[in-house]
Amino acid sequence: MSVSTEKDDSARVPLWNDPNVRGLVSQIVLIAFIVWFGYELFSNYASNIAKRNIATGFGFLSTTAGFSIAQTLIPYTEESSYGQAFLVGLLNTLLVSGIGIFFATILGVLLGIARLSKNWIIAKLATMYVETLRNIPLLLQIYFWYVAVLGVLPMPRNAASLLDSFYLHKRGLSMPKPIFDSAAVIVLLALIAAIVLVVFLSRWSRKRQEATGEQFPVFLSSLGILIALPVVAYFLSGSPIHLEYSVLKGFNFRGGMTLIPEFMALLLALVLYTASFIAEIVRAGIQAVSHGQTEAAGALGLRPGQILRQVVIPQALRVIIPPLTSQYLNLTKNSSLAAAIAYPDVMHTFAGIVLNQTGQAVEIILITMAVYLTISLLTSMFMNWYNAKIALVER
Amino acid sequence: MSDHYIRKEDAPLLPPPSSVAGPVHWIRENLFSGWFNSIMTLLAIYVLVVTVPGLVEYLFINAVWDSVDGKACRPAAGGGPNPADWSGACWSFAKAKFGFFMYGFYPDALRWRVDLTGVIGAVGLVLLLIETIPHKRWTAVFMLFVYPVIAYILLSGGMFNLEYVETNRWGGILVTLVVAITGIVVSLPLGILLALGRRSKMPAMRFASVLFIEIWRGVPLITVLFMASVMLPLFLPEGVHFDKLLRCLIGVALFSTAYMAEVVRGGLQAIVRGQYEGAQALGLSYWKTMGLIILPQALKLVIPGIVNTFIGLFKDTTLVLIVGILDLLGTVQTGLTDAKWFSPNTATSAYIFTAAIFWAFCFAMSRYSIYMENKLHTGHKR
Repeated sequence: MSVSTEKDDSARVPLWNDPNVRGLVSQIVLIAFIVWFGYELFSNYASNIAKRNIATGFGFLSTTAGFSIAQTLIPYTEESSYGQAFLVGLLNTLLVSGIGIFFATILGVLLGIARLSKNWIIAKLATMYVETLRNIPLLLQIYFWYVAVLGVLPMPRNAASLLDSFYLHKRGLSMPKPIFDSAAVIVLLALIAAIVLVVFLSRWSRKRQEATGEQFPVFLSSLGILIALPVVAYFLSGSPIHLEYSVLKGFNFRGGMTLIPEFMALLLALVLYTASFIAEIVRAGIQAVSHGQTEAAGALGLRPGQILRQVVIPQALRVIIPPLTSQYLNLTKNSSLAAAIAYPDVMHTFAGIVLNQTGQAVEIILITMAVYLTISLLTSMFMNWYNAKIALVER
Repeated sequence: MSDHYIRKEDAPLLPPPSSVAGPVHWIRENLFSGWFNSIMTLLAIYVLVVTVPGLVEYLFINAVWDSVDGKACRPAAGGGPNPADWSGACWSFAKAKFGFFMYGFYPDALRWRVDLTGVIGAVGLVLLLIETIPHKRWTAVFMLFVYPVIAYILLSGGMFNLEYVETNRWGGILVTLVVAITGIVVSLPLGILLALGRRSKMPAMRFASVLFIEIWRGVPLITVLFMASVMLPLFLPEGVHFDKLLRCLIGVALFSTAYMAEVVRGGLQAIVRGQYEGAQALGLSYWKTMGLIILPQALKLVIPGIVNTFIGLFKDTTLVLIVGILDLLGTVQTGLTDAKWFSPNTATSAYIFTAAIFWAFCFAMSRYSIYMENKLHTGHKR
């Protein structure tokens, strides 16, 4: 009796109290709001564009740019188009991010290990570095390197030199440039062959160890192959690579290659800043491996180096990889601060100069955002793949 | 049986040998425990010996504390009174420009309004942060709802007989704090809503939240600021003009909202299913479940993440100078163009001064987060 009345009651829940109806209504309201908001924006945009007489569309990409860029990885002149200027900027962004990630990782890992060192003075110094650098805004650090350090360097005539081939001066770091003759292809092929050989060697040795238990000195022999093969090829093909040195002529250095100060300041700041975050990630990752693991490995008779390589690092990596990915993404996105010191990356050349010249704010900002969004998505896809590869395989 | 040969008294306690305790042992264990460690220690000491005296000399001994212009900070070659190889910090620059670094171009006679806003804010914050002080709820209500109104009236004026001060005359630490605090106050509640949206069972809610979060998180803040300063005006209806500072505030707030949402989502995911089911069994509605059961636990878990986001936001406020708003770093950059203060040491010491201010704020926040984390770490400690 009572059961049936309750049933009746629940059937007579008022419409506005039914969770399904509520959910449906709130979603419809949300969608309606988004559509209305989008429509408002679009109609405002259309009327503003018409009133201010601004061109629309992506036709401007093939118009002549008419400005020069200080650092170009692909051929570019003032007669090139805005599209090419965009490509130059994009490559410069990728260049500084790639090199930055490489060095920040090395420095960060070293610092992270140093913070855990038993050596008191080393641990304290590493802690001081991390706590100082990560609490100071990156933009301030970029200005510091650009204005206060690189900005007060001597003119090229009084450049500080190292080994008579590296010259540090106000206009950058001049250094020798490798020139590749056509026969250099042989050296490149030798290098590729060496890499393939090393891959096969490590697979073979692992199989042999699993089958017989015998170990093979993989690391040393791989190193030998990687160095010996290209060197032999280099001399056999008649030394096809030589260096072109920078020479001071008049007021500036000619020949060789010169890293512009904007690039160095940005790279330095990005590397030093991001390394302090990576150090913390590495430290947390290593600390996450429980002490029992190291002790058990020691009890099995593994040497300290083996414990580190085969027990601690594989487990620490699982903790380290996800936050490390977001640091890599942060570094890439932070490279857009280049705009502050006019390093010609995609932000400065495209969203800065091209935007000023064409006035097509919407198209240009959207393209720039899409670039960073794509880089972010690609990086996280790659790192997710890598993360899945090293993830714990459970039963 | 006699036991005369058994000793009745304890032997006197000897101090431990120096090889297992004391400073010598400590040094041996911590600094020279192996050949590699010894090399590292010597290397570190060498680096310290090379750098520290020079640094102390630059920062304190040679430093110019008082001067009317940059001439005193120049070596002889630049026309200064110092020897040719002299270099020292030019603190007098920061001293002379201190008012500019604090308030920007805010009129001198009206700076008491900024000070008053700051004092009210600081008192409110202290009342909130020190736990032994009661009436937290009323202080929080005051700080979240009343204080922003008071701050707005005091800072911008234009009513109650207060002279109107345009935002392009604001600057320095004032702008840095306005941007940071607005971002923090807006991003926390919006971030919680977005995080709930992302975990919602309603597909449209979830999709909209995911889209919003991932787009903002995938782009650098500076593109957002560019968007706010050059693209946003094109989307506004005719006749509506947003102040430049306000546009940047919107950009910064939306950007940090996305990050905050991800932090909060981490906390929501860490709450076990039983808590949701328990709340449902008690007959609580969705909002009561979230407000009374889930969020208090989830937010407690992610306090370090929230504070980290705040620290990141505080450092990111410097970016507004790229779109032409004078924050602390912006006023420093502007001050450095003053020809009167030109010297080889001005820029370096100005940057060190600014870095010290930012560092103090960020470091204090991170210490407070560690303190709170320990304080709130109840129930799971073994």
